[in-house]
Amino acid sequence: MADSHTTGEGVMPGGPMAGHAVPHVHEHHDPNLQHHFYDMDQQLEASTLGMWVFLVTEIMFFGGLFMAYILYRHWYPGDWAAASNHLNVWMGGGNTLVLICSSVTMAWAVRCAQIGSRKGQIVNLIFTILFGATFLVVKYFEYAEKFEHHLVPGPHFDPALPQQQQLFFSLYFIMTGIHAAHMVVGIGIMLIILAMAWRGKFGPKYYGPVEVSGLYWHFVDIVWIFLFPLLYLLGAHLGAGGAAH
Amino acid sequence: MSKGHTHVITPVSTLFIVFGTLFVLTILTVVTARMDLGAANTPIALGIAVLKASLVIIYFMAVRYNTPLTKVVVVAGFFWLLIMFGLTMGDYLSRSWLGVPGR
Amino acid sequence: MTERQSYLDAPHGIASWLLTKDHKRIAMLYLISITAFFAVGGIFALGIRLELLTPKGDLFAPDTYNKMFTLHGVVMIFFFLIPSVPATLGNFFIPIMCGTKDLAFPRINLLSWYLYVLGGMLGLAAILGGGLDTGWTFYTPYSTSASQTSVSIAAMAAFVAGFSSILTGFNFIVTVHRMRAPGLTWFRLPLFVWAQYATSLVMILGTPVIAITVLLIAAERALHLGIFDPKLGGDPVLFQHLFWFYSHPAVYIMILPGMGVISEMVAAVSRKQVFGYAFVAFSSLAIAILGFLVWGHHLFVSSQSIYAGLVFSIITMLVAVPSAVKVFNWTATMYKGAVSWDSTTYWVIGFMGLFLIGGLTGLFLATLGLDIHLTDTYFVVAHFHYIMVGGQIMAFLGGLHFYWPKMTGRMYPEPLAKASAILVFVGFNLTFFPQFVLGYMGMPRRYHAYPEEFQVLNVASTLGATVLGAGYLLLFTYFLWSLKKGAIAPANPWGAKGLEWERTQSPPTTFNFEEDPVIVTEPAYNYRPPSPNSPEIAFPAREVKHHG
Repeated sequence: MADSHTTGEGVMPGGPMAGHAVPHVHEHHDPNLQHHFYDMDQQLEASTLGMWVFLVTEIMFFGGLFMAYILYRHWYPGDWAAASNHLNVWMGGGNTLVLICSSVTMAWAVRCAQIGSRKGQIVNLIFTILFGATFLVVKYFEYAEKFEHHLVPGPHFDPALPQQQQLFFSLYFIMTGIHAAHMVVGIGIMLIILAMAWRGKFGPKYYGPVEVSGLYWHFVDIVWIFLFPLLYLLGAHLGAGGAAH
Repeated sequence: MSKGHTHVITPVSTLFIVFGTLFVLTILTVVTARMDLGAANTPIALGIAVLKASLVIIYFMAVRYNTPLTKVVVVAGFFWLLIMFGLTMGDYLSRSWLGVPGR
Repeated sequence: MTERQSYLDAPHGIASWLLTKDHKRIAMLYLISITAFFAVGGIFALGIRLELLTPKGDLFAPDTYNKMFTLHGVVMIFFFLIPSVPATLGNFFIPIMCGTKDLAFPRINLLSWYLYVLGGMLGLAAILGGGLDTGWTFYTPYSTSASQTSVSIAAMAAFVAGFSSILTGFNFIVTVHRMRAPGLTWFRLPLFVWAQYATSLVMILGTPVIAITVLLIAAERALHLGIFDPKLGGDPVLFQHLFWFYSHPAVYIMILPGMGVISEMVAAVSRKQVFGYAFVAFSSLAIAILGFLVWGHHLFVSSQSIYAGLVFSIITMLVAVPSAVKVFNWTATMYKGAVSWDSTTYWVIGFMGLFLIGGLTGLFLATLGLDIHLTDTYFVVAHFHYIMVGGQIMAFLGGLHFYWPKMTGRMYPEPLAKASAILVFVGFNLTFFPQFVLGYMGMPRRYHAYPEEFQVLNVASTLGATVLGAGYLLLFTYFLWSLKKGAIAPANPWGAKGLEWERTQSPPTTFNFEEDPVIVTEPAYNYRPPSPNSPEIAFPAREVKHHG
């Protein structure tokens, strides 16, 4: 059963090219168009879809950790609430707000790329990086505090605390540690995007890398949106306001 | 014209409204966590987190303007997580149903 | 079509291969590397079968034997089976079958190969630096607290290889969704593409979970965490849930691509549209999705709840249905088709028989009551080898034969191809059928010593392994030989339908097609029934005999 056969002109039926005019190979090529794509639209769509497929793998990656969290929180609610109260809600909460700010500036940077504002991109990307760095600095201080108080799992863990609390801290360090590693990678990516934006590479015709890096950045923010209440606020309703010891 | 990819540019006002909402929700989650609401503490905290994540996904990540395929991908990712959580906890939670010690 | 330079010839030089973005070259790089690892895994298998010739554990020390079966599994699964069809035939043919010049992300494709190689190097480091004795399943707490072998390095090898697999899957998904040529709707795609797509879904959704799980093993060993250690409040069964959440879907990563190849071969040897095309296409998706809901059947005797066991058991039975649909449809395709008895057909029929047995024995294991007796016995070993070796490897080798002329531009010697198919089939059955009986009689797996009365069957099994090995060696030899001395292959030696046969030369040029864009107007497998008046579809290199 043959469809109406087109010979290179007109609109294509079916497939991902549906609705597109058949492209002619040697027309004006955007220098950013990779050779295996027909046009910039297809390239951008492929990149966005690709990044989301990758983010799905990240969801499942962190998911395994959340699975362990769910089980042990179910098994040891009291011990885990008590362990959680060793965490500093102000630092954790503050970091949550810092990341939210970084997501705003990230989204704004994408917008600036879309409207061709080089200055806007640069300013917003710099702020995004600064917010990210702030997050990591706060995390450093948090971790340092844990070391001091013998809350790092392993041979130096405070022997007065029950084993189940050590389990909490195992997950705390792994989950926030892997999250922090993702932040480091994110900042690295943003530095590269910043360099490209500085050289004026992005504009309304080509902003894919900014958008796609932004997706990654927002995702890292989303992971923290879940980590914060689950790790820091678990035992907040107990004791004297749940403040850190 | 492209088949559906976003060439929609998010207005700055949207960015700030979402930012403000996320800010408020963060405060809310801390405040409600400190109140003893019994069994409701966890669902409330999770609900707020899901709401925040949704706002980021829909507005900051502009999934709102993406193709239906992208939306399916996003939903599928989170759904698969629920499969893992659901069936695994299904095991642990149903172990005591038999009424036999140790099973 | 006018002869143009093939992807093999241009550009020249090692650097052009190691830095290539051409999906076809990357496929060949993978083919070489996975063959090397197949040999490594095969050596471990040889060790196992030699030890099991005698009832006493007299050839190797027990610890050494533990390392052998562990490494056989790790190497074969992570470094051979999982990349086998996707990274070779998938990489080579998906862009061509989609009518496009390359995958969506060519540089990421190359990265995936380098990650595979890195993972492989880590695997070799683990093998040489103390081995691994935990079983490929890495069960805790043995792997996290007691084993003195290179667990962490092996875990990292699996992590890196898994990441390679994720990149392959993600590339395929975006390519199939966004890069099909004009006119190439989903239902005009070859079933091979549907199968690879379904496989890629599993890679994306499952592999990250094994990644985090092996990372946790390494972290637990290094930092003395207690996540899976009962002494510290952890749960070893949680490890099993996390491990099998990936590793069960992983078996579908391993078999679905083979099924896709079989669909292509069945259509070509029968000269017919695949019966129930839509059903076969959707069955791939059904297997991929249902495959995520059955992992608990590996935990039936782990203290998992009976109710969870019931649910997993029922769904496991259900997942057999789409596989059965495929087998029925392939059979119906061949029925009254103009079947030619090339070696290709031998591989297809071999696959169907062996996969059938493997699949049916899975139902035995899915049955809760039976599983209590059969679990951790040789019955399980036989079951999965029937699927993985009798099924997947036969499909892969058959596919290598089928696509060899297209990929290399050379024909392999047909009589030897038939001989190797027969050797592999006979050798395989002799190796693994006795293991069903052994398992049923109670011989446990992973044991290096066994009661006297099991010896005859074990000797038969080892004998079979020798025949099987001979078949593989024969195949390897004539494929290599054909690269220099084989007959030059025409563009379409089988007279088959499909973009890869009808619109590319053998081997293809770097950008695959002469036309740009490629426009598709026909459904897949658009064979016309043979009649005295219909013109030849193509000029086959050998005579195609029409039956009936």
